Amino acid sequence: MPALARPRTGVQAKALLLHRFAKPVAFGLSLLPFCWLIFAAITNRLGANPAEALSRSTGDWTLRFLCLVLAITPLRVMTATPALARFRRMLGLFVYFYVALHLLSYSWFDMGFDVADIAKDIAKRPFILVGFSAFVLLTPLALTSFNRAIKTLGAKRWQLLHKLVYVVAVLAVLHFFWMRAGKNNFTEVYVYAGILGVLLGWRFSRRMKKTSP
Amino acid sequence: MLINFSRSGFRHAVSSEITTQGVYQKRRDLIRLMAGGVAGAALASWASRETYAQGVSLTPRPGKLGALQAVKSSQAGAITMEKLSDYKDASSYNNFYEFGTDKSDPAQSAHTLKTSPWTVEIEGLVKKPARYTLEDLLKLSAQEERIYRLRCVEGWSMVIPWVGYSLSELIRKVEPLGNAKYVEFVTLADPKTMPFVGSRVLDWPYVEGLRMDEAMHPLTLLTFGMYGEVLPNQNGAPVRLVVPWKYGFKSAKSLVKIRFTDKQPATAWNKAAVNEYGFFSNVNPNVDHPRWSQASERRIGEDGLFAKKRKTLMFNGYEAQVGQLYAGMDLKKFF
Repeated sequence: MPALARPRTGVQAKALLLHRFAKPVAFGLSLLPFCWLIFAAITNRLGANPAEALSRSTGDWTLRFLCLVLAITPLRVMTATPALARFRRMLGLFVYFYVALHLLSYSWFDMGFDVADIAKDIAKRPFILVGFSAFVLLTPLALTSFNRAIKTLGAKRWQLLHKLVYVVAVLAVLHFFWMRAGKNNFTEVYVYAGILGVLLGWRFSRRMKKTSP
Repeated sequence: MLINFSRSGFRHAVSSEITTQGVYQKRRDLIRLMAGGVAGAALASWASRETYAQGVSLTPRPGKLGALQAVKSSQAGAITMEKLSDYKDASSYNNFYEFGTDKSDPAQSAHTLKTSPWTVEIEGLVKKPARYTLEDLLKLSAQEERIYRLRCVEGWSMVIPWVGYSLSELIRKVEPLGNAKYVEFVTLADPKTMPFVGSRVLDWPYVEGLRMDEAMHPLTLLTFGMYGEVLPNQNGAPVRLVVPWKYGFKSAKSLVKIRFTDKQPATAWNKAAVNEYGFFSNVNPNVDHPRWSQASERRIGEDGLFAKKRKTLMFNGYEAQVGQLYAGMDLKKFF
């Protein structure tokens, strides 16, 4: 009987999300791309240009985790599954983990850790500047991700600070768009822009509904 | 006594009698090329399996495709002593947008490219316009091996042993008129075999161009092979251009037309982004691409992940040979 089946799967999903292994499993899954990249780098599976492959795939994974973390609240509200909120901080920190790896591979493999060269490059190339700004804006979010920080800042201020992630989403898409602009190859850019657009648009429309009488 | 039945199949007395699969699959090409009269010259080694096995080649052949015999070039600057890139890298990390924009796309999709029969039309401001078959072109001049540096505008480089001859050999044959100032190279744009022709990435067909003196420069190579073999499809088979002192995209692949004009040709990347890709596009470490530096490059397969990138050389290291072509020109303006 479908009428009964639906709530039951809902209950099961909630039970799964609240299971004590749910978080460790999510953590392990989120770490898989990183493990694969390390394994592929060691066993020479990254193709002819491993430096480029590492930079690109850490960038891709940053965007993917950004989509995932921003999808949590809309999903939580729409499916009435509060348990989803448990995963928000972890996924948010994985955004920071992959963006840090992205910046690291650029600074290391592209620029040879030459700080002067990196500074010049950031000032000179708008698309690097935009990417770097996104990283800088994410840093206070990562630093204030623990419970004590919420208490110290106060929930209101903490929430306001963490709204910076919306700015980061826009900057990340712009960074990706600019990177692909030279090749007029925007298919993937549009996919990420579309997903992030829907996720931010949902928040915007909800806010409009709340404020209008 | 061993009795063979037909159902157990034919048994070879010695396994060396068995034609290797690669050679067997090439048999039609072999017959066609021999009929075309090429067997005597460039492809003599295909005539028998003995010579196939011992084929005289300057660089070790990867053994993937048909051999293309060549003599070592005596042209100044034509043989760099640097370490060759791996054939695997050179044939799997390609920009050939007709087959997709990912570096791995051409190697995966270019098998659909039909390289035979193939003709190249010579038209425009020439005394002798003509339609050359590939067989005619192959024997038009002696095939030489040239080991060139290849610098991509994206900031990576390889060292590749090409097989071909100076484009000037062909140009002399067709006798350009006095008012011919540029040479335009038109490449194949076949939507049936090339999945990305029709995409909005570039205007198709892909067109490249050179000034007449650049086209006549002996280092400008009309190229039929690499690593002692005919070109793999993904590298621009069956005939392409290689201009070693310019960024790789100037070296148009799979040529179908060579047109002599009095106007600077509208080239594909120049049309796509006029401020990023100039008509000349000479390798120049002092003129950056608007979105990245051109001062250094990563040598594919050689500069490890943690090695600092190597410095890019003016005119890709061919300044002694080609510098005079640009004497007095502002290379920041004419990039």
